[in-house]
Amino acid sequence: MRTFLAFIKKEFKHIFRDKRTLLILFGMPIIQVLLFGFAITTEIKDGKMAILDLAKNRMSQQYISKITSSGYFILKENLKNYSEIEKSFKRGSIKIALVIPEKFAENLGNTNSSVVQVIADASDPNMATMLTSYLSGITNSFAIEKRLVPEVPIKIESKMLYNPENKSVFMFVPGVMTIILMLVSAMMTSITVAREKEIGTMEILLVSPLKPAIIIIGKVLPYLVLSLINAFTILMLGFLVFGMPMEGSRILLFLEILLFIVTSLSLGILISTIAQSQQTAMMMSLMGLMLPTILLSGFIFPIESMPRILQILSNVIPAKWFIIIIKSIMLKGVGIRVVWKETLILAGTSLLFILMTIKKFKIRME
Amino acid sequence: MNKVIEVENLTRTFGHFKAVDNISFNVEKGEIFGFLGANGAGKTTAIKMLTGILEPTSGKGKVAGFDIITERNKLKYKIGYMSQKFSLYEDLTLKENIGFYGGIYGLRKREIAERTKKMIARLQLGDIENTLIAEIPLGWKQKIAFSVATLHHPDIVFLDEPTSGVDPITRRQFWDLIYQAADEGITVFVTTHYMDEAEYCDRISMMVRGKIAAMGTLDELLHKHAAKDMDEVFLKLARQ
Repeated sequence: MRTFLAFIKKEFKHIFRDKRTLLILFGMPIIQVLLFGFAITTEIKDGKMAILDLAKNRMSQQYISKITSSGYFILKENLKNYSEIEKSFKRGSIKIALVIPEKFAENLGNTNSSVVQVIADASDPNMATMLTSYLSGITNSFAIEKRLVPEVPIKIESKMLYNPENKSVFMFVPGVMTIILMLVSAMMTSITVAREKEIGTMEILLVSPLKPAIIIIGKVLPYLVLSLINAFTILMLGFLVFGMPMEGSRILLFLEILLFIVTSLSLGILISTIAQSQQTAMMMSLMGLMLPTILLSGFIFPIESMPRILQILSNVIPAKWFIIIIKSIMLKGVGIRVVWKETLILAGTSLLFILMTIKKFKIRME
Repeated sequence: MNKVIEVENLTRTFGHFKAVDNISFNVEKGEIFGFLGANGAGKTTAIKMLTGILEPTSGKGKVAGFDIITERNKLKYKIGYMSQKFSLYEDLTLKENIGFYGGIYGLRKREIAERTKKMIARLQLGDIENTLIAEIPLGWKQKIAFSVATLHHPDIVFLDEPTSGVDPITRRQFWDLIYQAADEGITVFVTTHYMDEAEYCDRISMMVRGKIAAMGTLDELLHKHAAKDMDEVFLKLARQ
């Protein structure tokens, strides 16, 4: 026990003496949550717009004011002819242009339709799609309002279940937590073990009476504590700043977080048995873990819209399952009866990593 | 006769490569045993087996009375080890480093404090207990590393190329420390590729391509190979 305490004490000293890493460790989660929460929203407001109004009648004026008062668009330019449209796009001063034809809404009685043209800057495809669909929504409601068309017989009344205000931060808090836990647990552990190899102290530890298991637990435990602190910070930010709900059991949430930390830690240890230097360990963690985690966990890009092969690949990303678990617990308030499969997958993955580590370790010792 | 290391037909292969090829030797208590050889001759592999971190492919050995295969755990308390790298933590102070190494060998706080005081007095280091290792000059670090490796009073200390990359004066001072340790009854097993360091050793074994090509005192080896110094002995053996 005394030997173990001496080891743990040393590990904490390493961590707390490295001020720069410490700052990253504790500063990064806070900054990331705030950034994702405030800066990144999937909703677009104030889309820059140009209008070429060829009708210049009462209807077109009302139509334009309906659009500009919606909050989704701001009128940047009133154009005089077609040739100006492309110039404005090229300058980058607008994202979308609307062309209202001559005799807009005047000959509706005869043909029963009027065509407006919408041109969007699809160099940013996501924004172009969204602006266009906003605009068509506004146009439809304008038409109904003015009784140009009869009430649509089928109306949709939508309810956003589990996230009534459709806040994207509810997605980002679990996502950021996953990334941070992966980073702290897997990357930091693999780096700290690789560091001992690099400076030659690993041999000393192996020659000493410390058992290999104790060395690994001693390496892992401090990062387990740090990860828990980080998870707590992120959750608190989610609750207090962004009004994240907590529908399910706190104890279950805690246990699931603990499980995911164990998965990440075992992955970190596995990396460290392969990597001989800190640099390799870092590159392996960043390229091999962080990137797939960010891209394939469904945190930013929806898995459902990925090509089939990536969808299959995403199943081996532990983060994917973890994100499903926390969202289910926090937003839907479900219990272990619903997320047992995901939990089992994470537990199985951890076990696999640990077994692989032991095997690797044995090969080296033989 | 008190044998601290007994090795019989020790062999270690990696794939087809015989890193250590059927070596046998004994080392007596208080001896300074020089384990010489070029880089890649198998010195480090041999040390790893003797310190219990690498299993031999065949053969047997006893260190400090314990079997190197079956009694590793007991063996580890009886040996000290210092590698060619410094093996001290640069971001910890001298005191913290000593505390850590003392701790993992199961020493009590009081024992650690006592031995630290003694060590600093012996090395004449002055008031550097709370200095980070990173700020201590290289030559001192080497000596500190040696003292730390013997902090738990081992029967044997294994030194793997302890003087590589160190200036001649510091090397000389380092050997003074080795003598002191030997006088206190600690057996010293030292590997080096500096042939001139052989003259500091009581007995020398010369490794060439995994085998022990020659073994004996300095005079015996010089006489046997009709050489004027160890460099010549080494060249003659290597050319065989």
